Amino acid sequence: MCFLSNLIWLSSNLCSNDAAQPWQFGFQDGGSPSYEGIVELHDDIMFYLILILVGVAWMLMSTIRKFNWNHNQIVHKYLNHGTVLELIWTISPALVLIAIAFPSFKLLYLLDEVIDPVMTVKAIGNQWYWSYEYSDYLDQEGQSIEFDSYLVPESDLEIGDLRLLEVDNRVVVPVDTHIRFIVTARDVIHSFAVPSLGVKLDCIPGRLNQFSLVINREGVFYGQCSELCGVLHGFMPVVIEAVSLEQYLAWLSDQIPPYLTKEGYTPCIYLCITHLPSVC
Amino acid sequence: MSLIAGFDARFPNQNQTKHCWQNYVDYFKCIKARGEDFPPCKQFFRAYHSLCPNDYISKWDTQREEGNFPVNLNP
Ligand SMILES: [Cu+2]
Repeated sequence: MCFLSNLIWLSSNLCSNDAAQPWQFGFQDGGSPSYEGIVELHDDIMFYLILILVGVAWMLMSTIRKFNWNHNQIVHKYLNHGTVLELIWTISPALVLIAIAFPSFKLLYLLDEVIDPVMTVKAIGNQWYWSYEYSDYLDQEGQSIEFDSYLVPESDLEIGDLRLLEVDNRVVVPVDTHIRFIVTARDVIHSFAVPSLGVKLDCIPGRLNQFSLVINREGVFYGQCSELCGVLHGFMPVVIEAVSLEQYLAWLSDQIPPYLTKEGYTPCIYLCITHLPSVC
Repeated sequence: MSLIAGFDARFPNQNQTKHCWQNYVDYFKCIKARGEDFPPCKQFFRAYHSLCPNDYISKWDTQREEGNFPVNLNP
């Protein structure tokens, strides 16, 4: 899939398609169960869509063909009522709507569920950058990890970097881990969106929204602010980097300010205790 | 014991604003009633830190110090 898309679009992405491509029509490659659910719903609905398209086109075409100016057969000229026909064209769309509604609601409520998160990441939208907080890891003074994430300007890009998508500080998270994201904003409404993870959630000042995320493969996932938030709306991308648990813990210990690594400080670590006692 | 804020049946919705707020209030009520070292209070502490943005926390801390926090925290 990704090799093919690379051949066609000559993109610099040599791995999975986790960022938007020029002239892309299809989906990006999924990185989370939510995304797979969304694609599955799309495919389900597409089945009914094709059914309806074929049915309607067939009726339209046969009407045009049979009742054109040349052979104008006025059949059923005095027909103004047909119970069977009306029942069919009322009940069959209703059944189609039900068949679409059920998987749709199922997915909607599944995506809403934050069952048992192991860690929490806060994403806060600002004009025009994102700031992130990891507050599960606190020292004795209550200090937590927080950083801002700005777009890398075009002049600073390196070969292989994606223009308008690369940021200076990525959100690093472990794979195969239930993560709760809390999103909000400080000034105006923003929207936290990463297509390949099936995530798009509005960030509203004064309100904390949550969504849950399990990333099922390592990779770098790109997204952009998706609520018009001012002049630089298009220049505040989101980059999520999913790494193995060991790499994540290594990244975490890099985030700790040096003055905190004195005695008494434990980078907390529910993750560590439950998953990797040997590393702690 | 979970070290972070897990699922709370009072806040099953996408909107977690009150989840953060309630844990903040509960922590300070808890330590006023039972003292800072009472271990069950720690859970509220971790929960509000993991849910509330840091600027909310510092704003509320300032309000408590100035005495204009909107909730009575005394037992
Ligand atoms: Cu924005």
